[in-house]
Amino acid sequence: MSAHHSHSTDHSHEDHHHHEETFISKWVFSHDHKMISKQFLVTGMVMAVIGMMMSVLFRLQLGYPGESFKILNFFLGDKWAPGGVLNPDMYLALVTIHGTIMVFFLLTAGLSGTFANLLIPLQIGARDMASGFLNMLSYWFFFGSSVVMVLSLFVESGPAAAGWTVYPPLSALPQAMQGSGMGMTLWLVSMSLFIVSALLGGLNYIVTVINLRTKGMTMMRLPLTVWALFFTAVLGVLSFPVLFAAALLLIFDRGFGTAFYLSDIFIGGQALPQTGGSPLLFQHLFWFLGHPEVYIIILPALGLTSEIISVNSRKPIFGYRAMVLSIMAIAFLSFIVWGHHMFITGMNPFIGSVFVFTTLLIAIPSAVKAFNYITTLWKGNIRYTPGILFAMGMVSTFITGGVTGIILADSALDINIHDTYFVVAHFHIVMGLSAVLAMFGGVYHWFPKLYGRMMNNKLGYIHFWITFVCAYGVFFPQHFLGLAGVPRRYYTNSEFPMFDSFIELNQWSTIFAVVGAVAQGIFLFNFFYSMYRGQKAPQNPWKANTLEWTTPVEHIHGNWPGKIPVVHRWPYDYSKPGKPDDFVLQTTPLEEGEGDEGKH
Amino acid sequence: MTFFIILVIILAIITVAQMARVYELSSELRNKKEEEISARDNKINATLMMVFLIAFFSFITYYIVEYWDKWLPPSASEHGNATDWLLNFNFIIILIVFVITHIFLFSFAFKYQRRKGQEAAYFTHSNKLELIWTVIPAIVLTVIIILGIKTWKGIMMTTAPEDSIVIELYSKQFDWTARYAGKDNALGHTNYHLISGANFLGLDSADSKGNDDIIVKGEFHIPVNKPVKFVMRSQDVIHSAYMPHFRAQINTVPGMTTMFHFTPIITTEEMRKNPRVVKEYAEINAARRSQGKEEAIFNYLLLCNKICGTSHYNMQMDIIVDSEADYQTWLSSQAVFQKEKMAEKPMPEILKIAEKK
Repeated sequence: MSAHHSHSTDHSHEDHHHHEETFISKWVFSHDHKMISKQFLVTGMVMAVIGMMMSVLFRLQLGYPGESFKILNFFLGDKWAPGGVLNPDMYLALVTIHGTIMVFFLLTAGLSGTFANLLIPLQIGARDMASGFLNMLSYWFFFGSSVVMVLSLFVESGPAAAGWTVYPPLSALPQAMQGSGMGMTLWLVSMSLFIVSALLGGLNYIVTVINLRTKGMTMMRLPLTVWALFFTAVLGVLSFPVLFAAALLLIFDRGFGTAFYLSDIFIGGQALPQTGGSPLLFQHLFWFLGHPEVYIIILPALGLTSEIISVNSRKPIFGYRAMVLSIMAIAFLSFIVWGHHMFITGMNPFIGSVFVFTTLLIAIPSAVKAFNYITTLWKGNIRYTPGILFAMGMVSTFITGGVTGIILADSALDINIHDTYFVVAHFHIVMGLSAVLAMFGGVYHWFPKLYGRMMNNKLGYIHFWITFVCAYGVFFPQHFLGLAGVPRRYYTNSEFPMFDSFIELNQWSTIFAVVGAVAQGIFLFNFFYSMYRGQKAPQNPWKANTLEWTTPVEHIHGNWPGKIPVVHRWPYDYSKPGKPDDFVLQTTPLEEGEGDEGKH
Repeated sequence: MTFFIILVIILAIITVAQMARVYELSSELRNKKEEEISARDNKINATLMMVFLIAFFSFITYYIVEYWDKWLPPSASEHGNATDWLLNFNFIIILIVFVITHIFLFSFAFKYQRRKGQEAAYFTHSNKLELIWTVIPAIVLTVIIILGIKTWKGIMMTTAPEDSIVIELYSKQFDWTARYAGKDNALGHTNYHLISGANFLGLDSADSKGNDDIIVKGEFHIPVNKPVKFVMRSQDVIHSAYMPHFRAQINTVPGMTTMFHFTPIITTEEMRKNPRVVKEYAEINAARRSQGKEEAIFNYLLLCNKICGTSHYNMQMDIIVDSEADYQTWLSSQAVFQKEKMAEKPMPEILKIAEKK
């Protein structure tokens, strides 16, 4: 590691700003957290476009089963979509890779990678991450992982197709399905690289938040974004290694004849020698990551939302302390609820009832957060930037998707709706939509910080309203499908006349999905066009309090040209009585006798 | 359909062109800075928030009314009524929460839009309010948890009554087999090494309990008002035995047995006469006739609900709930699995030695 990146607490870094940079060290193997943030964002967006296109392809099949679409044949060729009709194996592969990309590549690396990298150092007043080198490695492992995942789409037997949860034996045995051959091997390689990236990133974020806060930046003066990103990193560091263990044992079962997950299997006319393994072991290991993982996705989203709502309603976030405690409670509980994914897997029903209890407890801190957001808006002075529109949309989807979680957490009810479209609707709304909306909000809000230019608001408004309406349009009707018993991951429902009543619902879902997907073009256009042609951003466009808006618009190494700013107050002094403006920078000293919410 | 695709593509092209125009036009109006949101934009978006709320609620109401008698198939098992009651109870609670929070969220969004001279309140916290909305959810959730676990216990943590009919459901890619325990009501021992073309469940001829076992495919029958204990096994990968009408589901896992028991309370014949089912199938069949498809008749179903491979979407078996008499007639017409078939493939020598040790 080069010496100039081991930023300690000393504040004299003048010499670094004159550091000569080559093309490679500035644009490719950059150690600068702002550049790495942009790298994560753009890579995440590329993966998201792939994931979204896949969803459009399989939605066409679901809405219009067996009908011919030129677009399917165009993307998938004669092998996987002969005559424009999707092949059932490719359907499963698309569903699998769509899930993997959206959960991991977009909403874990894309979301945390972008905003933890951008906001942690800037909002806590650090010159960079604790280790710029590890940070760079974190991105490049992610990049490698993305490349392998995309390559897996092109192998002859097709990409992994056992669902994004890759339950063995299905994922372990190439005899069980085509996708469990080379495609699955590449999936495991890609995820292993991904885990390395997540760990390097996570450790860095934790160390940075703990050690590199500027003077005066006590923990209770941290913006909620930093709190959320910090706990996200803690969750990642504690749970990703378990997924790695699960993946490693799966690699052994697949390649070296071990029997961790396999037992008593007769397949392809052959009795396999493995006995004594348990497929449930994989599920336990997988969901021990898998459940914290959904909070790894939603916590940063909640953090971004807190900041955006507070800034744009010109009001302090309501109940800061309760918000922090909720984040902690959610983070803690997220480790003891994984079994709610396994109520009907044959796990001991008594253990199931324990998981019912712990899972439903999560509803309490989640409810507190939702109520606090709503109260923050109360008596606000709301300025409608595209950012706050998305943040409000996020609060709505978080509630809508969250309440159905109560039904799924109730094991007695889960018996009947487990693995149906009710689940699809639930997690897409509460986790997918919420996190995607918050991420959009974050991009609109911090674009001036990322690229020094403003995005176009008009296009932002159009983008929000189409996206928001389509998002609900796609997923809300799926609750009804699920209650009627329509299983997820079915290539077509036409083998079951009892599901005929829902053909129309599925078609509407597809239409909304196509329109919603096309509307993302507005965002992509706005994003890339603004990057080069956007209006130049002022230093603090949204009149926000946090430290990132005290740095110069042009990115420099070390973030602040002179000394690191000193913090004197909590980050939410908006519309404080007796102040000339409706915002007070965190660097503004307290007046005599002035109280500070962040002091305790 | 091609028309639809072309339309989408054309719209997309128009949109991009329009976007560039909108962008350039609004950039030309440099007197208006992006970071300064105009009063007009605030008003439009705040109003749209209100419009959205009304549209969203109408959309939900429409779906609830339209699909009122379709979304949950009628329950046909004893515990199904209890779970349906619990489901409705939970739905009422979450609907109340959903409606109230959404009204607050969107009406605040509308009401507190930025206006000239308006100032936001400096309201940082209120221990009283926060306590209220921590304690109330906690109480409601306690009720939900207690009722939920009680119902769960009643279904899953009870042993099947002694006189239950024992049926094994055996899954493999991509079909189901049912095995009845026969007169002794005990299933014969199996071993996956013995699986062969004829002995596809791997029955062990050394176990006499298997001598009266009956194996059926395509559909299986159960008598009404008698407890049935299902013992589930899987040959290759994980499947899930999902019987939505009976509110029953459990995974079938290679290497272990899983169990589920319930008591059916409505026969297939009765259910076919249920007015809701009659109406639903009349609609379904009207549509099917117009598409030249075969007419469908109501049946209880067992379907696979865990991704299991290519034909996962079509792994089903009909369940017929008979009156006791009809069930006995059907059962006696089924042939007992022949012992000779069991001996078709012997146990591999190496495993015999291992067993002796």
